[in-house]
Amino acid sequence: MIFNIEYETMPREALESIQLRRLQNILSRVYATVPFYRQAFNDAGVLPGDVKSLDDLRRLPFTMKQDLRDNYPFGMFAVPMENVVRIHASSGTTGKPTVVGYTARDIDTWAELMARSLASGGASRGDIIHNAYGYGLFTGGLGAHYGAEKLGASVIPVSGGNTKRQVIIMKDFGPTILTCTPSYALHLAEAAEEEGVSFRDLKFKSGIFGAEPWSEDMRHEIENKLGLTAIDVYGLSEIIGPGVSIECHEAQKGLHIFEDHFIPEIIDPGSGEVLPYGETGELVITSLTKEAFPVIRYRTRDITSLNPEPCICGRTHVRMNKVSGRTDDMLIIRGVNVFPSQIESVLMQIEGVEPHYQLIVDREENLDRLTVVVEVNKEVFSDEVKGLQQFAKNIEKEIKDYLGISAKVKLAEPKSIERSQGKAARVVDNRKL
Amino acid sequence: MKAEQISIFLENKAGRLSEVTGILAEAGVNIRALSLADTTDFGVLRLIVDDNPKAEEAIKKAGFTVRITHVVAVEVDDRPGGLHYILDTLTQADINVEYMYAFVQQSGDKAIMIFRFDQLDQAISVLEKNNIAVISGSKLYTM
Repeated sequence: MIFNIEYETMPREALESIQLRRLQNILSRVYATVPFYRQAFNDAGVLPGDVKSLDDLRRLPFTMKQDLRDNYPFGMFAVPMENVVRIHASSGTTGKPTVVGYTARDIDTWAELMARSLASGGASRGDIIHNAYGYGLFTGGLGAHYGAEKLGASVIPVSGGNTKRQVIIMKDFGPTILTCTPSYALHLAEAAEEEGVSFRDLKFKSGIFGAEPWSEDMRHEIENKLGLTAIDVYGLSEIIGPGVSIECHEAQKGLHIFEDHFIPEIIDPGSGEVLPYGETGELVITSLTKEAFPVIRYRTRDITSLNPEPCICGRTHVRMNKVSGRTDDMLIIRGVNVFPSQIESVLMQIEGVEPHYQLIVDREENLDRLTVVVEVNKEVFSDEVKGLQQFAKNIEKEIKDYLGISAKVKLAEPKSIERSQGKAARVVDNRKL
Repeated sequence: MKAEQISIFLENKAGRLSEVTGILAEAGVNIRALSLADTTDFGVLRLIVDDNPKAEEAIKKAGFTVRITHVVAVEVDDRPGGLHYILDTLTQADINVEYMYAFVQQSGDKAIMIFRFDQLDQAISVLEKNNIAVISGSKLYTM
């Protein structure tokens, strides 16, 4: 279902004219109200009035995560605090958290975008949404919650954690839509199985999963284990939270970016040069309608490409491919670029390998060594040592064949790799670089 | 004539083995024989116990990967050449031993060895044809 037919299926020409008008407005506004942008535009020698077309956007400087940190906590806000009705912050795994603010209208915009996303993923009025994204400073929980209410669905604000109770609720309340991170979805399936509940007997028809990159193979794993259609939703708190782009139920091929609110670009992360449609690089987003926390050419560090081809669902908004990695997750192993998602993709093709894995990188005698930790479940457990060694060797060979890197596979006990309740921490880099 | 053995996957980490023995002690399961095959990263612990279902359930519940495998318990004459006679008989019948280990208890004046073969049924019939005594599972667990 399409929640907002007018905007989501708008002809490109009309859409682009709205984009340009909104871009010009927001540039004038940030120039006038945010010292950081005024300084940055002045330094680049481009004033808001110089932007006459959408192509002129590329003349403006990028905004980096570090810029947001430097202006911690409220330095990037474009409205006085009395107009800010909500504050969220991203987890500060490295350094300070990033703080973002919303006006009442921003909250409404966000609810609209999440209502569109849920509808695109197969939800409608009358559905019961089991919302297991974490509620709190993280944008996932409240973002999906407001969208669900805007859509008119019934939302269960179960949040993350207390997995046993979640299983009881899923069994007794009969939710039809699941919203959480993809790794938590698999965790829920495992927990349900332990409680003797089969996910396939529950009423779920769709799951709308996001907040961490996940591969096409992981989608198949989730769809098989959970018996639902798995839809990818994309967003980040710096832009608005979840609801920047969404896959459509019809095609499940690429995520439509809500272009009436955001302008996407793909750049070469090294040179900063804008790349044409179809080429893979770093996603850069400009927000067009945000009041409290607008961002201009924000470098998401997510790796993807854009596809402008018309979609069978009728939406005219450009699609981004599933995020295949992050510029800052990329591992360089003996000079070869490797994304964790590539290794995941290899693992998922091997019978019996669980979707839980960990990558450990060490440097011994100046050589990088990659260890892939894989859990041994009852399916692959052979009583004989040589059987297990063969299993490990087989995985090593597949990784070598597909990615051209030598990895050592270490077999681990089931559930010994930490299950994340939020973003999966799959990489441990012990190198002192 | 097969006997059941419990195999458990263990990471090479301090305290893992004692965790398993602790679980079995708590469940009131007695270990009759055991062998540990290990590599640098992991090991496979194989146990003959007096109560298989109880042991399997307790270990599984604690989150270990467990598997029941079939083995053969064979009486071995307690004299020079006793084991060699059995292995020789099997070699001539073209049967491979995957692994073997000794049982703690004696059966009368004979030793007991636990064998895992690639062709289990064939191995049993060869042993019996050559008058080598195979001990049934039910007898083994309560010895």
